[in-house]
Amino acid sequence: MVVRPKQGILDPQGEAVGGSLRKLGFSVGQVRVGRVIDVDVDAQREDEARAQVERMCADLLANPLIESYEIQFEGS
Amino acid sequence: MTRRPTRSAHRRRPLVAVVVFPGSNDDHDAAWALGAMGAEPVFVWHDARDLPDGTDAVLLPGGFSYGDYLRCGAIASVSPVMDAVRGFAGTGGPVLGICNGFQILCEARLLPGALRPNRQLEFVCRDVNVRVESTSTLFTSRCDEGQELILPVKHGEGGWFGDEGTFVGLAARGQIAFRYTEDVNGSLGNVAGVTNERGNVLGLMPHPEHAVDPLLGSADGGLLLAAFVEAASHRALAPA
Repeated sequence: MVVRPKQGILDPQGEAVGGSLRKLGFSVGQVRVGRVIDVDVDAQREDEARAQVERMCADLLANPLIESYEIQFEGS
Repeated sequence: MTRRPTRSAHRRRPLVAVVVFPGSNDDHDAAWALGAMGAEPVFVWHDARDLPDGTDAVLLPGGFSYGDYLRCGAIASVSPVMDAVRGFAGTGGPVLGICNGFQILCEARLLPGALRPNRQLEFVCRDVNVRVESTSTLFTSRCDEGQELILPVKHGEGGWFGDEGTFVGLAARGQIAFRYTEDVNGSLGNVAGVTNERGNVLGLMPHPEHAVDPLLGSADGGLLLAAFVEAASHRALAPA
């Protein structure tokens, strides 16, 4: 899953990275820094896995007050 | 009929559980300060399922629990001991979270809001002035409204944030216990510490336990900790 600061939430890390990119000469707008969390989930179907991962996000992986998240799946 | 406390109950020092997480580092300072205020501190490891019998108050100390991985306080907030802390808070027991302890209480949803990285991207480590906004909490009973305390801060992620509705509600209900008198870390409304609605759980970023002796630059933290220990001692005297 990709967890990132919610739109409108101050992201000092993103601002610092953006400032550094501009110093390097890149013309960039807003920069936001989030994190990618890879989790192996043992599930038969994608909806089963999705339900598990949604719970993980709600319970621990993201703080809904300040972060949003997206879930992506890769089957194996 | 009112049961009167016995003489021996009078002598019992209130038992304050100081929860230790992997990476806590202000636990011993907190225990020392609590002892100086007349409490009996007892360390409780984070994987305990229960608090010690007779616990009268709980303190979550500062530090870097779990290396601040994921988000500060997030992993500690789901430690086994936190269910016991939640239960204790639910009975009205006094719970104090300092710095990382504040972050843990917010992540555990025992306190409103969240702590974000400091706006200036710097670890801030200095004495700050903190204004007492509410004297209706058990933690501020020894302070005057508007009183300014000198307390040290030392944190990289201490900017408190709540959405607008939360912030307005907290202010109206007197749950904003402390504010900085200047912008220290980008905290919304310069909030330095908040309580739960019932007023028995407080979290704050400044460190009262490092300010209990004039030799250390300030003894103002003693006002807060003494009130906390006093609330614990009321519990120690209450009939079971």
